[in-house]
Amino acid sequence: MTTYNEYFSSVKWNVISEKLSSITRNQVAQAINREGRGGLEDFTALLSPIAASEFLEPMARLSHSLTQKRFGKAIRLFAPLYLSNECNNVCDYCGFSLGNKIVRKTLNQAELLREAGILKKMGFDHILLVTGESTRKVGLDYINQSLSTLRPYFSNLSIEVQPLQQEEYAVLQSSGLHAVLVYQETYNQESYAQHHLKGKKSNFEWRLATPDRLGKAGVHKIGLGCLFGLTKDWRADAFFAGHHMDYLQRKYWRTQYSMSFPRLRPCAGEIPPEVSLADRDLVQLICAFRIFNHELEISISTRESSELRDHLLPLGVTTMSAGSKTNPGGYGEDESLEQFEISDSRSVSEVSLQLQQSGYDVVWKDWDQSYDQSNSYALSDDSVQCSIEKPDLSIAG
Amino acid sequence: MNSEKLEIAGEKFDSRLFVGTGKFSSGETLSQVIEYTGTEMVTVAMKRANIGDESRDSILPYIQKSGVRILPNTSGVRDAKEAVFVARMAREALETNWLKLEIHPDPKYLMPDPVETLLATEELAKEGFIILPYCHADPVLCKKLEDAGASAVMPLGSAIGSNRGLDSREFLRIIIEQASLPVIIDAGIGRPSHAAEAMEMGASAVLVNTALAVSGDPLKMATAFKDAVRSGHTAFVAGIGSESSTAQPTSPLTSFLS
Repeated sequence: MTTYNEYFSSVKWNVISEKLSSITRNQVAQAINREGRGGLEDFTALLSPIAASEFLEPMARLSHSLTQKRFGKAIRLFAPLYLSNECNNVCDYCGFSLGNKIVRKTLNQAELLREAGILKKMGFDHILLVTGESTRKVGLDYINQSLSTLRPYFSNLSIEVQPLQQEEYAVLQSSGLHAVLVYQETYNQESYAQHHLKGKKSNFEWRLATPDRLGKAGVHKIGLGCLFGLTKDWRADAFFAGHHMDYLQRKYWRTQYSMSFPRLRPCAGEIPPEVSLADRDLVQLICAFRIFNHELEISISTRESSELRDHLLPLGVTTMSAGSKTNPGGYGEDESLEQFEISDSRSVSEVSLQLQQSGYDVVWKDWDQSYDQSNSYALSDDSVQCSIEKPDLSIAG
Repeated sequence: MNSEKLEIAGEKFDSRLFVGTGKFSSGETLSQVIEYTGTEMVTVAMKRANIGDESRDSILPYIQKSGVRILPNTSGVRDAKEAVFVARMAREALETNWLKLEIHPDPKYLMPDPVETLLATEELAKEGFIILPYCHADPVLCKKLEDAGASAVMPLGSAIGSNRGLDSREFLRIIIEQASLPVIIDAGIGRPSHAAEAMEMGASAVLVNTALAVSGDPLKMATAFKDAVRSGHTAFVAGIGSESSTAQPTSPLTSFLS
């Protein structure tokens, strides 16, 4: 069975880089006129420097109207829940990096329930579980146990953890896993090697083939992304993220896809970013991805400031986190070190009020566990379950 | 199908405009749109329904308040098995055996899966559901859904949310001609003239969501759709003269015979 890795190696970084800089006005205009129906050709045009300097406003308008048509006047909210900052990787941009002298913490199931109780009270129903990459401390069993613990309380559970095997993803699905985020960080192999110094994450190919394993396992949604700031030519990086998604969507056509645009933020043991992605560049990325893929979920995190997030909202964003803490136990105010600094520090209710004032319906729930029941139950009348038996969360909070 | 009232599974409706609920800016807007359209049938995706926590639900409480019939849909399921589960959950949670059956395994264009839709219709009909399946504008499939126990068919005009109107016009015409069940045109209706066209063709009703929700003024648009559906239907009942591509001579060539 082939994976993206073969397709990836057939496209040369330099060729894409040069192509991006030689895009003409006509190519960008054509991409906008046909609403990105020209596929990767159009996507390349929309990512180009000439698109940035001369076409940003028409791109933004098109992106806005395509997003509204597909998603309506609604924004989904979710919260990240950091389970552990244990990590066996050495990555020079991340606060959880193995060499960093920080207090290491992994939530036990009681602590997990306490955090869950707080998020539930805030109103969250979609939760993203995040760990560092430590197979020993936060391996399959731990992640599986955590999903099982939380499943009775939330409609939708996603994870952002170390890349796993296809069979392992299948196990997690039966415990309620809906989506998996696995960012390649950068598609530039030299830059990848430079920033991922030790540990399993230094294996570029293993990570690159992860979405294929997710597709084969039948996970509902796959989240892709680059960490902008790691690699100088961010346009080429974005191209490869789009190229990867395009491949996946053709192959695993039942799967949904989401794209995130994290920018490098200050953290413990920090490195100065190779390049800083300007707000203007971020706008171009969001619009280019939207025009390229009208149904893509586009997510913006609290890494970005409240003011910028409010402005980005109508451009193509469909999903946001809010009130986030990026350290394990953070919602219960544990002092362990966070993965990166939060920029939008508004409370959840402030964010949701702002959304409503901007004319958006806040969607807390967009999935239901009954959708997953047929995976594990036979079709018979006594298998109908409307609500799963569960303990009262207040004992945990 | 040209009686004044729409009848589905023995129940009569004055309005022939169904409203989808997924994309409105607020529950308040939705509830006003329901009022302005005069709709009596409103769909809701079970994945969005917040059963038991109404404070976090900007759809269900607003439909319930308006007193119209709720038509739960299975949007998000990928096959017949999942659809049957969600249908049972909907029946229990919302206390209705009415169901808009939607199975679209492809998240890109949300194209309905004909095979799984037929299988699910067969299964759910046995369980006593009143099924309105969303399907392609496929005349044979529509007849098979009829045989399988559907109470109406909901063929698409064009892709969901595309606002492209009746791309499937020619096949819709055949479906309507052959149907012994109500035919409700679902998906792709982007403007009132599309709705009017569907009704003039003899559709029993239309379903609209995106065109209302993302309009600059959803309430005005609600009124426009209400009027369009009504006038399209009235024209159909009145009988529309056939079109001709050639002029009709005022002195017919065979007039000497009379």
